[in-house]
Amino acid sequence: MDADAVPGPAAPVTTTPPADAPVVPPLPAALLVAAGGTVGVLARALLGQAVATAPDGWPWVTLGINVAGSCALGVLLAVLQRGPDVGRRRAVRLAVGTGVLGGFTTYSTFALDVVGLVEGGRVAAGVAYALVSVTAGVGAAVVGLVLGARVRRPGAVARAGGAA
Amino acid sequence: MIVLLALAGGLGAAARYVVDAAVVRRLPTSVPVGTAVVNVTACLLLGALTGWTLRGSGPDALHAVLGVGFLGGYSTFSTASVEAARLLLVGRGRAAVIHAVMMLLACLAAAVAGLALTGP
Repeated sequence: MDADAVPGPAAPVTTTPPADAPVVPPLPAALLVAAGGTVGVLARALLGQAVATAPDGWPWVTLGINVAGSCALGVLLAVLQRGPDVGRRRAVRLAVGTGVLGGFTTYSTFALDVVGLVEGGRVAAGVAYALVSVTAGVGAAVVGLVLGARVRRPGAVARAGGAA
Repeated sequence: MIVLLALAGGLGAAARYVVDAAVVRRLPTSVPVGTAVVNVTACLLLGALTGWTLRGSGPDALHAVLGVGFLGGYSTFSTASVEAARLLLVGRGRAAVIHAVMMLLACLAAAVAGLALTGP
């Protein structure tokens, strides 16, 4: 397997902090996540206001946000894992990945939308919405991870192999 | 209102980071479970909040700030997707499918339970 194209098993699996992280994470890390999360949630709220969804229709806005956010997080994490998770790289992961994109996307609103469709008698629509969201989200994340792994750092091509 | 909602979202995201770190520290497994714990609790709480609002007890503004803001920022769809995608890309297709399906079913069950707890 081309480790340059596909993230290897040794790579961090999530935006999750490392297992040896302190029980109470350092405050600056949580602040970075909070600042990013504020931006991400604000963007989702503004999009929700700008694009009206019919009361009996699919929650297209949440679906679009969740799929786009999954792809963007894939790209970001694949690009960031080209180096150690420290310093500016870690700050970007926390603020933009865990914060902005984690806050931009939402599982709770998605789940309540599914339950709302099913309890409103639209069982097929609810099941379809759930399956399409999860499948498209994972698919978008795969695309993002692969695309992000192919992004070359400036000057990387000049080095032998260019592998990070 | 939207400023309050966004700030609540920032707090929710920070809460997710703290809870995720605590879960990973206690349950260091090869399948990421921190996001699952976060999302299931978020769905339970949003279900309860929605049920409470539907019963007429909770104001809509509170639902917006806590539900769309805090719990929207606390839960995450993108991390769940990337976790499953990474399992898929390292050849653990079965684990990826189980991760995604279990996350979905557990979150839906939690949302239904939350609604039942406080709903009309």
